Amino acid sequence: MKRRTFVKGSAAVSVAAALPFDLNATEKQAKRADQRTVLTGREFFLDIDYTPVNLTGNNAIATAINGQIPGPTLVWEEGETVTLHVTNHLKKYSSIHWHGIVLPYQMDGVPGISYKGIAPGETFTYRFKVNQHGTFWYHSHSEFQEQTGMYGAIVIKPKRKEPFAYDRDYVVLLSDWSDEKPESIYRKLKLQSDYYNFNQRTIGDFFSEVKKKGFGNAFEQRKMWNRMRMSDRDLSDVTEYTYTYLMNGNNPATQFKALFKKGEKIRLRFINGAAMSFFDVRIPGLKMTVVAADGNHIKPVDVDEFRIGVAETYDVIVEPKEEKAYAIFAQSMERSGYALGSLTPSETMLASAPKMDKPQPLTMEDMGMDMANMQPHKGMKMPMKPYKWKAMEAQKYPITPLPMATGPQSTMKAMSPKYRLDDPGVGLRNNGRRVLTYADLKNRYSTRHAKKPDREIVLHLTGNMERYMWSINGIKYADAKPLQFHYGERLRITFINDTMMNHPMHLHGMWSDLETGDDAHLVRKHTVIVQPGAKISYRVTVDAKGGWAYHCHLLYHMAGMFRKVIVS
Amino acid sequence: MKPSTTAKGVLLLAALSTTLHASGADDPLRTMLIMDKFELLDNSEKSREWEGSFYIGYDLEKLYLYSEGAATSDGLEASQNDIVYSHAIAPFWDIQAGIAYDKNADASQTWGEVAIAGLAPYFFETRAAVLVNSDGNVGLRLDAEYEALITQKLILTPSFEADFYTKDDPQMRTGSGLSSIDVGLRLRYEFVREFAPYIGVTWEKNFGTAKTYNPVDETSLLVGIRFWF
Repeated sequence: MKRRTFVKGSAAVSVAAALPFDLNATEKQAKRADQRTVLTGREFFLDIDYTPVNLTGNNAIATAINGQIPGPTLVWEEGETVTLHVTNHLKKYSSIHWHGIVLPYQMDGVPGISYKGIAPGETFTYRFKVNQHGTFWYHSHSEFQEQTGMYGAIVIKPKRKEPFAYDRDYVVLLSDWSDEKPESIYRKLKLQSDYYNFNQRTIGDFFSEVKKKGFGNAFEQRKMWNRMRMSDRDLSDVTEYTYTYLMNGNNPATQFKALFKKGEKIRLRFINGAAMSFFDVRIPGLKMTVVAADGNHIKPVDVDEFRIGVAETYDVIVEPKEEKAYAIFAQSMERSGYALGSLTPSETMLASAPKMDKPQPLTMEDMGMDMANMQPHKGMKMPMKPYKWKAMEAQKYPITPLPMATGPQSTMKAMSPKYRLDDPGVGLRNNGRRVLTYADLKNRYSTRHAKKPDREIVLHLTGNMERYMWSINGIKYADAKPLQFHYGERLRITFINDTMMNHPMHLHGMWSDLETGDDAHLVRKHTVIVQPGAKISYRVTVDAKGGWAYHCHLLYHMAGMFRKVIVS
Repeated sequence: MKPSTTAKGVLLLAALSTTLHASGADDPLRTMLIMDKFELLDNSEKSREWEGSFYIGYDLEKLYLYSEGAATSDGLEASQNDIVYSHAIAPFWDIQAGIAYDKNADASQTWGEVAIAGLAPYFFETRAAVLVNSDGNVGLRLDAEYEALITQKLILTPSFEADFYTKDDPQMRTGSGLSSIDVGLRLRYEFVREFAPYIGVTWEKNFGTAKTYNPVDETSLLVGIRFWF
């Protein structure tokens, strides 16, 4: 496959600041940077408009906020009321959604649910009190506008001192850009869903398996996949074939640069603002201490690498000990490409990218098969690990049945879905590095006194990769009734993933308190990855009346794998 | 079928996409023209052959046109054409109904047609059509194709086609029972997904009465291009 060479091009260079902006910088230092890239205060003016960009070496037209990709970083203060005037200069409806912010539903920015959207030429004024702190982001919730550049970071300064120290503070916003129109990408996926996948099984792969295991075993292992017409190489729908991966609007050639002085502690606020790409992030040579997930403090955990799903955020603290440039390396999950930046003592010192890992194929577990109950083949060793998540399986609450459809919408059913919280996911398994898993995420503060769930709902994530259709419980959004949540209840939601893809599920308006093995420290998230063939549960305190969106955050899955939630 | 789906099928050409709340419409109207085979055969007639399809529609409802045939320097030799409405009945399968129209140099034939099309286990792209004409002749046409990747862009495609009928038809030169088969092997290189030149070999043979009408039994090398948009 071709490797794109980046001769030039970066929206950040052409339309915004070339200098990295340290949010911890003094006012004097801050003046060095372009004032437009970071906006602070209580009143904000955001303008959505068509903007020429060059992110790949070719010119393209983006839909950008204040002429920048990403849009300006908005710095708010916990406890303040913010006012945001958003003007739409596009020829069609637009919107901005404040991702992970708990606010009245009229301010949530989802056309058709919160409001009608922002008409061409109109200004919509959002006003709400900020009752949280941490790292969040914002993006368009209209059509595919997010793919063409409508996203930016939100940093909310806490009222009280945080339980960790750092000297510098950078946003690291990852995204995927294509010069192709998103409507064209979506059409191609509909016409040929493996259009962008250049890591498919070949005859050679089969013969090398025959060599290793013998024809019988090799054929037997392929049997299930072949019968189900599933591919174990179906990792990401859209790849580097059309994407250029960006870090704060910089491609791997122009590189985002985060400056440090030896001995300093640096806070990096990672945000995945991509349309379709999961990233596996590491800084070779440095341990990362993860201190927050989706804006909320967790018990610090030291890792070499973490996977960040679309729409998730992680705050990490690093302490570079050497006077050298460190690579901030974010390879896409399917290993077709990467975003790259440098953590460097000087703007002129740039790190080079480490070698990308080889992609791993999906396993039978990713298909939701129970490996423990399968008859091992001759000469095959089955890993027989004791199952750790029995306590979560054993939790029983009254289940409210929901409509479920079978038919063309759904190609498979996870026969034996398991909680796989300590599974770093395909591509990261047994890679020799300490990789963050959901099992590592524990709320920094006690949740012992949180109410026990009153009831439970089970949602199956369903799809048909062959036809490129996505749905929940086999029913796509256009055909589905809203989900009814009761105001004041504590609801347990269990997802079962009946597809071969990771789906980052995002509930608007209310927190998702994820069960990761310790009910006394439920981690608070807004976006939860449901791994292929797996199940996962979280609890929601239903404390926000109104209509809310609930959906997979992969942009080309979203229109089908979506529910409206009504809280009354 | 739900009423909304039926209505959608009927109004297939009305490209009204519902305004969706969150992102683009999940199921926009789309068209696809694919020429699977567009080739020159190295046989005595220097045949030019084609096989392709066009559709307009949605995820589950489509209107399909199929066409395949052969021409020589003397003009059209034979062609089979179909126009069918295609409705998804299972994750991998569509049921289709419509009209088939065969044409050769001397005659033509119109059929009523019902077919099953889709992806069979082990990734075989398959179509089986049952045809009935006004003379009471019933035909069965089977198509299967498999794609084996040698590399990500070099793709080997074995294909198999067989036609059966219940009656002889001297004008159309088809015979009762197994009338003809066509087995092919093509190796294409996808410069891009949409465009791939190929080389290949095909074996065509007529059987029974069809053989007496037209004693075809030939193996030919071929070159062609596969393209879609």
